[in-house]
Amino acid sequence: MFRFRLAPDNMHFGFMRLRRVSYPLSALLSILSVVAFLTLGLNYGIDFAGGTLMELRAKSGHADLATLRSLGDKLQLGEVEVQAFGGDQDVTFRIRLQPGGDVAQQEAVQKVRAVVGEDYEFRRVEVVGPRISGELVQSGTLGVVLSIIAVLTYLWFRYEWQLAIAAVIATMHDLLLTMGFFAITRLEFNITSIAAILTIVGLSLNETVVVLDRIREMLRKYKRMPMPEIIDTSVNAVLSRTIMTSTTTLMALASLVLFGGHVIQSFALAMMFGMIIGAYSSIFICSPILIYLGAPNQGDAAKGEKVSGP
Amino acid sequence: MFRFPRWKIVSIIAMSLLAILIVVPSFLTKETREGIAKSLPSWVPFHAVVLGLDLQGGAHILLEVDAADVTRTQVEALRDDVRRILREERIRITGGIGGSGRTVQVRIPEAADRLKALVRLRQQAQPGGVNALGIATPPTFESRESPDGLVQLTLTDSAILDRVRRAVDQTIEVIRRRVDALGTTEPNIQRQGADRVLVQVPGLQDTNRLKELLGTTARLEFRLVADPGYNQGDVDMLNEYDPEGKVTSTYPVEKRVMVQGEDLTDAQPGFDQRSGEPVVNFRFNLRGGQRFGEVTSANVGKPFAIILDGKVISAPRILGPITGGSGQISGRFTVQQANDLSVLLRAGALPAKLTIVEERTVGPGLGQDSIDAGKLATYVASVLVLLYMLTTYGVFGMFANLALFIHIVMVFAGLVLLQATLTLPGIAGIVLTIGMAVDSNVLIYERIREESRLGRSVISALDAGFNRAFATIVDAQSTTFVVAVILYFLGSGPVRGFAVSLGLGIVTTIVTAVTMTRLMIALWYRWSKPTSIPI
Repeated sequence: MFRFRLAPDNMHFGFMRLRRVSYPLSALLSILSVVAFLTLGLNYGIDFAGGTLMELRAKSGHADLATLRSLGDKLQLGEVEVQAFGGDQDVTFRIRLQPGGDVAQQEAVQKVRAVVGEDYEFRRVEVVGPRISGELVQSGTLGVVLSIIAVLTYLWFRYEWQLAIAAVIATMHDLLLTMGFFAITRLEFNITSIAAILTIVGLSLNETVVVLDRIREMLRKYKRMPMPEIIDTSVNAVLSRTIMTSTTTLMALASLVLFGGHVIQSFALAMMFGMIIGAYSSIFICSPILIYLGAPNQGDAAKGEKVSGP
Repeated sequence: MFRFPRWKIVSIIAMSLLAILIVVPSFLTKETREGIAKSLPSWVPFHAVVLGLDLQGGAHILLEVDAADVTRTQVEALRDDVRRILREERIRITGGIGGSGRTVQVRIPEAADRLKALVRLRQQAQPGGVNALGIATPPTFESRESPDGLVQLTLTDSAILDRVRRAVDQTIEVIRRRVDALGTTEPNIQRQGADRVLVQVPGLQDTNRLKELLGTTARLEFRLVADPGYNQGDVDMLNEYDPEGKVTSTYPVEKRVMVQGEDLTDAQPGFDQRSGEPVVNFRFNLRGGQRFGEVTSANVGKPFAIILDGKVISAPRILGPITGGSGQISGRFTVQQANDLSVLLRAGALPAKLTIVEERTVGPGLGQDSIDAGKLATYVASVLVLLYMLTTYGVFGMFANLALFIHIVMVFAGLVLLQATLTLPGIAGIVLTIGMAVDSNVLIYERIREESRLGRSVISALDAGFNRAFATIVDAQSTTFVVAVILYFLGSGPVRGFAVSLGLGIVTTIVTAVTMTRLMIALWYRWSKPTSIPI
């Protein structure tokens, strides 16, 4: 019977040699991410920046983008952002945070409703006042910090320090690149983006754990084998699994990006990026670090041993 | 692994069937579902998945009770108390009774008077006195006197907090009555934090009307218009507005309130018998009726003002004593306005001003589009993953696929049982777990292949595959599970929905991908007695 395989059996590829390519590449991408993050910044959505986002659909014919754009000046709402999406009758209309607190935001919405309510259907209205956006920034930051602490604690208990450090560096690498991804693509950064980032941390760690578990198993089995060879054997052993899983998860995420609708498109897109980076870093970033850190000695290696069932 | 006791097999199958049964109602139309639900005992979980507002459409409005407004009212009340006590004790003061921030101050020159006043005031500060346990209730304000005769009363933090808390409770009650008048199904109104109220109204089309109902304090007052030659200090200058919001006239209105909104027992929209314009008919309670009768008898021929939230609605002249206990408010209303005003008066006034701090409204059209898009994405993802698993692992892939199907059913069953809300990101979470669910199977299968390549027998390769992969599966999934837990506690609405589906998905993954596949492979092994591993 025909079997579809992306990775051949008994593959033995020298992944560790590739660190001479992957390290400079990742260093470059990381620097690029930091620079993008510092110069471009993130494109904060209304969750964090406050303001109003409306989704309008023209009741008949096309949405008139020019007229909508001129509303900002006419109604003295400051800069407005009008974007078409999907069909030519749909637009998003975004008003920046208005000075004057929570009440001013509602007044701005009323003004727009009064002017365009005749010709457009309001499919979605989101108004986030200055205090709520501040609180969302807080809880978003708290979420990222808490997950990092949770991850660190988990790794601390689960692995010897060499493996734990390798995992931490890989996870940070993924986080950094994801932030860079947001900065460069100008994807809107909202509270769901935080959810995406945290999920990426989980997924990326998932990949890392699979590789590290195998390395640890190999270390126990072949105490004399040199580190690079151990890592190469382990990576080759889990490679077909990594490719399988990444493919199925990517299939799922790609169908979300393509068919899941514009509301969650950026959410799915970010996770897709994170998934790829996570798989890449588990093999090309995390594992080679162990060559530099050295093998955990036997005593340490016994620490995390799990008892297999009958 | 192949000694599966019968009870285990039966319970695994029973669990899957149960999950399917729980999900069935979600696929029925609302009418059929409710029809069947009536004939079932109430403990049977026969209901559909709860859809979030982003999927079924509706309004999510977060309101904040204006704590400063509550404190202001509290200080006003304290000032009235002080005025009353001083009058009762016939105490002479110099200057007026001042109130600012959270402090009321008054200057009492005579030391003996001061003492008398303070004794009374301190009683006032502890309305609860000493409770049954012998513990004094915390004072609502602290008093301080200085030698020059100045007495300052300052509200305590706990008193203010307590009042804000009660104001929020009251607000929730009032809002519930107002929203019920909109006739929507199952609005959700709940406290959020110390001073906020969350109002969620599914399926609401016209958020403007809701916002107007929520934004009006609806403090109704009947006050006399002052006689000419009034003292500036005794009146408020209040405006009357025309429908465009322009001031039409200004009245000097006495500070003293004759009767107020809380003395109304009923309010109904109607039409004036002579002019035919929309009006609101109301009825006073006993106390309000008596009071209104007394004041109108004593002031025949004078105008009085009907005031709503500081704006004069109308200022009719008292033609004769009004003792029937009922009346009519007219003020150039539209039918809708008369309707809304009577709703507001029936529901009662809000104890303090409300501010909308967050609003998220999704129209039903977009909600349906999101459901359709989510469904399509789920189908496409499932088909792709199913095909991929089948072509890669053959018969084992089929087992994984069957487990995947049960996994999806179980996630939905979990959502139904927990009455958790399914949001659009929640659908994304489920789609994501479709990709991740097969991860566990892949880990197991790849391990089996590896063990078998190392020359193990079929049975021992299968055994080793399951056992060795299990630790890694738990490890790998627990990292994502921790993230789901953190997201659940930090997020709200859609993000929380994502966390719930993701977390549920991870739990069911371990059940379906490990236990169920193991059972299927065990049964398959017994039946076909394979000599080699077919993957």
